[in-house]
Amino acid sequence: MNAHSHREESFFRKYIWSTDHKIIGLQYGLTALLFLSVGFFLMMVMRWQLAYPETPIPFVGSFFGEDGILLPEIYNSLGAMHGTIMIFLGVVPLAVGAFGNYLVPLQIGAPDMAFPKLNAASYWSYFIGGVIMMGSFFSEEGAARSGWTSYPPLADIEVGQTIWLIGMVFLITSSLLGSMNIITTIVQLRAPGLTWRRLPFFVWTQLVTSFLLVLAFPPLEAAAVLQLMDRVAGTSFFLPSGLVISGEALAVSGGGSPLLWQHLFWFLAHPEVYVLILPAMGIVSEVIANNTRKPLWGYNSLVFSVIFLGFMSFVVWAHHMFLTGMGTAMSSFFQITTMIISIPSVIILSALFISLWGASIRFNTPMLFALAFLPMFGIGGLTGLPLGIAASDIYLHDTYYVIGHFHYVVAPGTIFALFAGIYYWYPKITGRRMNERLGQLHFWPSLLFMNGVFMPMFIQGLAGVSRRLWDGGLEYAHAAGVLQWNEFMSISAWLLGISQIPFIINIFFSLKRGEKVDRNPWEATTLEWVAPSPPLPHINFETLPEVHREAYEYSVPGRNRDFTPQTEPKKG
Amino acid sequence: MIDILRDLGLPISISSNGPVIDETIALMHWLMLFLFIGWGTFFIVSLVKFRKSKSPQADYIGVKSHISTVFEVAVALIEIVLLIGFSFPIWASRVNDVPTSNEGIIHVRVVAQQYVWNIHYPGPDGIFGSTQSELVDEVSNPVGLDRSSFGASDDFITINQLHIPVNKKVRIDLSTKDVIHSFKLPELRVGQDAIPGMSIPLHFEATMTSNQFLKKMVGTPREGKGLEISCAQLCGLGHYRMRGYLTVDTEEEYNDWLSLQAEYLLEDNEEDEWGDEEDW
Repeated sequence: MNAHSHREESFFRKYIWSTDHKIIGLQYGLTALLFLSVGFFLMMVMRWQLAYPETPIPFVGSFFGEDGILLPEIYNSLGAMHGTIMIFLGVVPLAVGAFGNYLVPLQIGAPDMAFPKLNAASYWSYFIGGVIMMGSFFSEEGAARSGWTSYPPLADIEVGQTIWLIGMVFLITSSLLGSMNIITTIVQLRAPGLTWRRLPFFVWTQLVTSFLLVLAFPPLEAAAVLQLMDRVAGTSFFLPSGLVISGEALAVSGGGSPLLWQHLFWFLAHPEVYVLILPAMGIVSEVIANNTRKPLWGYNSLVFSVIFLGFMSFVVWAHHMFLTGMGTAMSSFFQITTMIISIPSVIILSALFISLWGASIRFNTPMLFALAFLPMFGIGGLTGLPLGIAASDIYLHDTYYVIGHFHYVVAPGTIFALFAGIYYWYPKITGRRMNERLGQLHFWPSLLFMNGVFMPMFIQGLAGVSRRLWDGGLEYAHAAGVLQWNEFMSISAWLLGISQIPFIINIFFSLKRGEKVDRNPWEATTLEWVAPSPPLPHINFETLPEVHREAYEYSVPGRNRDFTPQTEPKKG
Repeated sequence: MIDILRDLGLPISISSNGPVIDETIALMHWLMLFLFIGWGTFFIVSLVKFRKSKSPQADYIGVKSHISTVFEVAVALIEIVLLIGFSFPIWASRVNDVPTSNEGIIHVRVVAQQYVWNIHYPGPDGIFGSTQSELVDEVSNPVGLDRSSFGASDDFITINQLHIPVNKKVRIDLSTKDVIHSFKLPELRVGQDAIPGMSIPLHFEATMTSNQFLKKMVGTPREGKGLEISCAQLCGLGHYRMRGYLTVDTEEEYNDWLSLQAEYLLEDNEEDEWGDEEDW
């Protein structure tokens, strides 16, 4: 131990303005969980309007307009902000900011991130971005209402968008700082003996994710600034000539292209999908390896697949734009790349399924969430296929089928993985295990109601119901046969909200009352379990670990314990 | 599979390009089902067979065979077939086989604007008059038609009313005055974004009249509800009600409708003249 760790720090220095990756990770985690609940709350309000159009919202109606009825413009605001909050303020900060920050240095046996101050700057930039986004609800114009995709010209002319763009600039800056830090840390600070082939799969996913963020976010940051200029400086990067808005000719020079925005946007936003899913795959792999008590099946193909996914994710973006007037050559190219990228996803999912064969499976709460991730992500991934094939996309594009598809990827997919991660690493953070019974009470209803919310979306999508409709399709004849599902989905969503209560209680309850555990309660092999629980401030380990073996040496034949930590020297 | 999808909510298709699109959707769902059942069976068997109480000691190696590679290659091959056999040709005919006016087709322009579909018919001469954004008047001239331009005198514009004859090729040139909209005819499996600054052609052929369709809908939740144009892209606060009406007529009905529109146009012109005199 060095003197550094004994330095007395004031409360402010220790918990607020901290440069310790663990504190920053927790700051990220708590803020992101808060935002996830805000994003979910907005959706529960929207689902009232969808289930019972134009009736006053109970309890909270007065916040959303006179008579408590949700107006279409406010509905659009809530929709745009639900997407923005869930993706940019909730899931990514939780998956990368919280899990990446807290675990990467621990799993590679480093005392901290490579750039601790940059790390704090990243969190605070995220925090400011979040405050700006939330503040936009209380501004005169209200929050953005052009969808999280912010397609111009609508986004160029619609109110509320300026604040959104300024908020995005802070959020993107935060991600860029954070991901540079993670890349440098993984490349530079691995413990002696921790070769690339011994790296836990979670660290691999964080590495690829960070590269995606570093390479994909700058185009969106540029695009956000261009759109901001369109709005405040009278430029027309995204506005063609001759537009007539509500009978008035739009006074801009024109000559711009609305499709330019879509290209720049999806050049980020498709890799962003993999930013959402790769860390989740990493978490699930850790939990599955530990609770099957055997090595991950096909570690090498997992690693190659995840790297390949990273590369390919940069050349599939225009499959979001098939219906914008795309010719044969371009649509063929993007269909081919889209089908190619489905293969490594199939490989990863298959490898995780095969990892179960020959296992000795422990069904604890983290494992339940990790296991549920597999079929749920499976549904999300598979339903992407008819959307990636242009011929079927002609019909399914912009319907609820799309909404069902990506929510299966992100909600019972990524968010379940994040739950698994929280239950799994909670003992490391607090020294106490989360309550198993409350965990089960959280898992089973969540699984049921997640499907209750999202499965009917495929049915509505097949019927051709468009997304982003204020009345949930009431206006349209083709929706008549599937409207009854709106109430079903809404009730599922509210019950899903109630199902999160055991989780919230569990987090606080276990902090004081959870079963006390030593440093390696799950009998795991990776380096974070060598550190005390919680790891020492600023230095993590009493002595920096040295690595002698691969990441998942479970049930090695001829040993009396079914796990062999990475730090255990090889004999002879 | 297509029957299952129909039971779930997929409407019947009433256009010549509908069946191949439906077939692709059905094949995709077969592939998805096949993969999901494959994974799902393996998953459940593994969970039961290798639970801790039944299998206290894990096997370090696990699965030795590489049968999964065969599975992955199979998926790749099926995807290649779907692309080359279905999606590429369907897309090529969608964007390359756009018929031109002189092929005896129905040719109309659709100009989207916030919450309304303006349908511009060229009139008996088959020639569209030119349009200019400066001439747009929300009440009297929504598409900015220059009545003095060549071929414009017999053009007529309907609001939210698209009439087409059955069994005849239709070409629509889609554009928008303000923001992005998306022109969707669910039952005809037609969808295309309207992009500001661009005019994008799309084509289709209806194979069933509205009346025939309505007869088929008797006894379903759609009974009495005809065909519609829906907006599939968020276009502002009225997006949810940006609905137009599509009527597929018989040849005869269509011609009657056209002559009715010509009469209306004549009346409008007379009214305009009266109005002018009053101003005078």
